[in-house]
Amino acid sequence: MTVFGLPILSVAIWLPIVFGLLVLATGDDKNAPLARILALIGSVLGFLVTIPLYTRFAVDTSEMQFVEMHDWIARFNIHYHLGVDGISVLFIILTAFFTPIVVIAGWQVIEKRVAQYMAAFLIMSGIMVGVFAALDAVLFYVFWEAMLIPMFLIIGVWGGPNRVYAAVKFFLYTLLGSLLMLVALIYLYNQTGGSFSILDFHQVEIPMTAQMLIFGAFFFAFAVKVPMFPVHTWLPDAHVEAPTGGSVILAAIMLKVGAYGFLRFSMPIAPDASHHLAGLMIALSLIAVIYIGLVALTQTDMKKLVAYSSISHMGFVTLGFFIFNAYGIEGALLQMISHGFISGALFLCIGVLYDRVHSRNISDYGGVANTMPVFAAFFMLFAMANSGLPGTSGFVGEFMVILGAVKVNFWYAFAAALTLIFGAAYTLWMYKRVIFGAVANSHVAELTDLSSREKLMFAVLAIAVLVMGLYPLPFSEIMHVSVNELLVHVARSKLPL
Amino acid sequence: MNMDLMINLMPASAEIFLLCMVCVILIADLLINQQGRMLTYMLAQLTLLGCSVITVGTHEPGVVFAFNNLFVDDLMSDVLKLLTYLAVSMMLVYSRQYLMVRNLFSGEFIVLTLFATLGMMVMISANHFLSLYLGLEILSLSMYAMVALQRDSAVATEAAMKYFVLGALASGLLLYGMSMLYGATGSLELGVISNAIQYGVADKNLMVFGLVFIVSGLAFKLGVVPFHMWVPDVYHGAPTAMTMLIGSAPKLAAFAFATRILVEGLQPLVEHWSGMLIILSLASMAIGNLAAIAQTNIKRMFAYSTIAHMGFLLLGLLSGGVEGYGSAMFYAVVYVLMSLGGFGMIMLLSREGFEADTLNDFKGLNQRSPWLAFMMLLLMFSMAGVPPTVGFYAKFSVLNAVVQAGYLWLAVAAVLFSLIGAFYYLRIVKLMYFDAPESHAPISCSQDSALLISLNGVGVLALGLLPGALMSICAVSVQQSLLLF
Repeated sequence: MTVFGLPILSVAIWLPIVFGLLVLATGDDKNAPLARILALIGSVLGFLVTIPLYTRFAVDTSEMQFVEMHDWIARFNIHYHLGVDGISVLFIILTAFFTPIVVIAGWQVIEKRVAQYMAAFLIMSGIMVGVFAALDAVLFYVFWEAMLIPMFLIIGVWGGPNRVYAAVKFFLYTLLGSLLMLVALIYLYNQTGGSFSILDFHQVEIPMTAQMLIFGAFFFAFAVKVPMFPVHTWLPDAHVEAPTGGSVILAAIMLKVGAYGFLRFSMPIAPDASHHLAGLMIALSLIAVIYIGLVALTQTDMKKLVAYSSISHMGFVTLGFFIFNAYGIEGALLQMISHGFISGALFLCIGVLYDRVHSRNISDYGGVANTMPVFAAFFMLFAMANSGLPGTSGFVGEFMVILGAVKVNFWYAFAAALTLIFGAAYTLWMYKRVIFGAVANSHVAELTDLSSREKLMFAVLAIAVLVMGLYPLPFSEIMHVSVNELLVHVARSKLPL
Repeated sequence: MNMDLMINLMPASAEIFLLCMVCVILIADLLINQQGRMLTYMLAQLTLLGCSVITVGTHEPGVVFAFNNLFVDDLMSDVLKLLTYLAVSMMLVYSRQYLMVRNLFSGEFIVLTLFATLGMMVMISANHFLSLYLGLEILSLSMYAMVALQRDSAVATEAAMKYFVLGALASGLLLYGMSMLYGATGSLELGVISNAIQYGVADKNLMVFGLVFIVSGLAFKLGVVPFHMWVPDVYHGAPTAMTMLIGSAPKLAAFAFATRILVEGLQPLVEHWSGMLIILSLASMAIGNLAAIAQTNIKRMFAYSTIAHMGFLLLGLLSGGVEGYGSAMFYAVVYVLMSLGGFGMIMLLSREGFEADTLNDFKGLNQRSPWLAFMMLLLMFSMAGVPPTVGFYAKFSVLNAVVQAGYLWLAVAAVLFSLIGAFYYLRIVKLMYFDAPESHAPISCSQDSALLISLNGVGVLALGLLPGALMSICAVSVQQSLLLF
């Protein structure tokens, strides 16, 4: 389907990539201002073109919408097949929404190789939209893997002191999972009798052993990305070493890609295995929620703290998926979006402090509220949202997941609800140590409050967090039909008779 | 009579043209001095162009035999020959300046290159053990000499010696195996051998005995574990231009050589040789990828990576069918393209009195030349098999063939080994992008090779975005030539 005569999904994918290449063509740092402006134009345009995806989305069907289908590799029956349903559409918009924010966040901070930095984010933005929009497994895989290349460079080139280790760890960890997924996709291609369409994968009957193996292969790919306990160890390293923009994209979008994979691949393709292994998945999710929550409490590095907090919150998401009810899945999806806003905002907050003081240690701060009152107010909002305060977006998803969990087993819900306590504890304790108290040292005394550029990006995110917290209906109504359809599909056994 | 001769000569006209031109160039080169050597170079390029025109012009649908079935002309041979011309021509462009500053840009180099090309063409079109062996020896002897061309270099001489001794041993193994098969079947012609085995007139034990020697000889020539010892030393010791020649176009010929023998000749023994190939392929992927990690010299690293790539290619061969052979051919073509780019980059970064052949020479390339670094990035990700580069589709199509053949576990093992492989390719990217340069010497490469590396790198990306056509060409040519349905 086209909007204003344009294939809207293709435009959303390729427009940022083309702008990324244009930015790259501006060359070395003499042309940095031009590169910045081009990047801003590209990212804002990239966001604007995704708006029709929301306004013209038909909420009363679970069919794929805005579908585009062209032959791509005829020999393997591979198509350039794009489309969105209620599950994927919001993530496309979220991705496009964050690109201008990271461009603005890196506006002054990045001084070396500006064009390459901006280009990497624009190209990655297009690729991530492609991941959410692809309906052909090979196309999905190509986007999925291609995503690694710009992120690898972002961490490695503009990251912190231990960036090389973090970048290589990030790449190899995720590649391991992806390669096993590739084998699973090829197996499914042969099972369906020669189709790589994800929708055909959903229909094919698979025996139990094969389902378990497929689930396992997908689990490696997606659990690493989410990341789930115990394959989460790359994330704190990657976050700590990545530049602010990299952390924001990593937390806000890239983790969601893994969770999205569970909904698009694992559960509908291997529903029997999913049910069979649900107990294990729930256990891993709860370990992430509780154990990683406790780990977060002990962190002395702010970025690491938020990174562990991300893992803990993503535990909620996978918990929501594998309790197999509408509250759980819708809550998890809302949690994903909300976590995108909140974790992105928190990483930006830390970035603001880091740009000024060049330290991420909590102990290097104290009394920041005295010198940066506006910043302290914004940070307060995001910290509260991270601990799940009602009225902010953080509350909605967690509440729904807990509601869904109560229906299945009270103790699941009980354990999950502990996160509200731990979340509040580590976030607010960090906030207290950094922001309140007497001015700790001369660095803090010299801090200057937010510039208008920074105010702009925080204001946008604050509005998003509040709107979603106070009135989540526009978000949830879009996914409602698709989620119900998914649940019906997953409830049907796919074992051959 | 005259008609008969014409019918025989037509399919081989490209080979005949090349041979005549080599003789012309050999004599012409005697009459010119070093300043005029460009003439020889241009003549060689024109010869390759002429060969392509002839190959396209004399193409006939179906399979055409000539010279009493010694020689075969089919779609696969034509496609592989065209790609061989392209690869050799690219190699000449990449190496011209490199050789000039090292005083190696001599008539012998060009003549030997063309003789090697002739050998590859004969290998590609051979349908008989004699012609197969003849082609192989033309290629090998030219290459032994080329490796030794740098007479004052001890490493190069050592490499040539090793290459020659081990190559001769491998040829001996092959010949021994061929003689066994001749003894068992009474023929050296592939089709006849195949029939003899199929209809059970031949002694099976004798044939399997011969097969072992043939597979060992093939493994030597392909450079797969455990017959790989010569590869790192030769790749390392030879001047980079020669390494590039060894590491690129002959892989196409080797693919043809292996398929002709194993598929056209010994298909009825498939249950025996596919098992051998599984072991060779797994061992190559394991040792190639692991040993590559430990290298500090990029030419040695590429040597081990070649071993691993050849292991992957064997996976396609052992899977069988149009899928298997087609994917192996596609893999070979893609590999040649990537390896040309990789060695091309080493030569581009080298300059007078300086070889850019250690990993550290790639440090900070992004700061010295962002464009070249980007091209190398594409080539490295392609070798690692990361989309959207064409290397991914090469791995993808082989894996697909492996899964279709029912070897799921082999596919899993293959992807795990490529994960190990990704590490050392990634290290090159890391050196180029994350580290500071060790030297700020300006990169002085000639215009034509700079243009070619750009085409090469962008080609790897473009073929990755639209791989369909090349994949289909490979599948169709395998299907029509090996008469698979």
